[in-house]
Amino acid sequence: MPAATFEELALPLFDQLYNFAHWLTQDATEAEDLVQETYTKALRGFSGFQIGTNFRAWMFRILRNTFLTSKTGLKSAAFEDQEIEAVASTRPNPEAILIQQADREIVQQALTEVAVPFREILLLCEVEEMSYEEIAQVLAIPIGTVMSRLYRARKALRSLLVEKFKGGRNGV
Amino acid sequence: MACEAWREKLDAYVDGELPRAEAAALANHLRECAACAADSLEHVQLKRAVAVAGRRYEPSIQLRDRVQRSLGGRPRREKAWVWRIVALPATLVLLLSLAVGLYVGHERTRRQRVYSELADLHVATLASGSPVDVVSTDRHTVKPWFEGKIPFTFNLPELQGTDFTLVGGRVSYLAQSPGAHLIYRIRQHEISVFIFQDRGEETAVSASGPVSMMSFTMESWTKNALRYFVVGDVGAQDIEGLSKLLRDAG
Repeated sequence: MPAATFEELALPLFDQLYNFAHWLTQDATEAEDLVQETYTKALRGFSGFQIGTNFRAWMFRILRNTFLTSKTGLKSAAFEDQEIEAVASTRPNPEAILIQQADREIVQQALTEVAVPFREILLLCEVEEMSYEEIAQVLAIPIGTVMSRLYRARKALRSLLVEKFKGGRNGV
Repeated sequence: MACEAWREKLDAYVDGELPRAEAAALANHLRECAACAADSLEHVQLKRAVAVAGRRYEPSIQLRDRVQRSLGGRPRREKAWVWRIVALPATLVLLLSLAVGLYVGHERTRRQRVYSELADLHVATLASGSPVDVVSTDRHTVKPWFEGKIPFTFNLPELQGTDFTLVGGRVSYLAQSPGAHLIYRIRQHEISVFIFQDRGEETAVSASGPVSMMSFTMESWTKNALRYFVVGDVGAQDIEGLSKLLRDAG
């Protein structure tokens, strides 16, 4: 039965989807609604899903698209995606920082402050541990753009972190 | 290939997206180039920091029930969040590249993941400008420093008459549980001692004599509801020696 198969596939993703939703919406209530709506839409569209293709990427894509059309999502989506740029500077990163574990809160703060397109790609890569291919499917962009956006996202996060570290680390 | 060219591939390398031959070539370069090795460690640390910081929000039971009901399903056992441990003299450069290599190699068995995480902590601490937060060779200074910072106490051994000296300590985390990271020195080499509360599954590795992993030697045991890990790039004899001192003091 299609519905039973959907549940088997979809429910194990529940925690991750919620975490991602909360990061996107920055609000628990909105995150809950977003997750609920995602499951509803996914169930409805499940007959169109090809078993054997990447279900997780498919679910995350639905969640993300649902977010983008929400009020909060529309506000956050103002973002210009440039063409693939040079992937790396040629100098070593002059502000390379060795992050200590205790800086979890600082990193969380920085993740909250960074632009949504950067935040989401960092989360998909590091928390969901998606491959570039999977990320490309979730965000509906070419792999080259995944790489350049990830590069820029990390750069943006690093500058935020450097700022915060310079502000003084008071033993979190 | 010049460093600039290697650095362009660094993101893809630590993301595990470089084709095998290129990854091997880059790994080779990291063994020889301190600057690139340090850069790659920074990349890995950023990844891990985001991985840890990003696992932040948990859904309520009510939401889960609501969603399950809307799918017409029965309540299910909650899936546990799998916490992945995504993991400078000439030796230090080698260690840096090994630490990155351990991470990129995606060690998957629980013991390897824990060891990989701690080896990485050990190396990163050594590579950092301020490896310890309390600097003292005196255990009577170091031990009380941890009070209020970690939820347990521990005993440190008297080192007079041994070849070991205490460098200092800092707070550390394993599976997001706080513990103590002490640094000892013996003949120009640093050994890290990690002490955490024994939390069964997350920190479980079977007690063993010194275990060798890459160039690290590691020993671990549980005593008084605390789990100890001793790790360093020294011989088994030194690890065993320090371990015995710690066990006798505990």
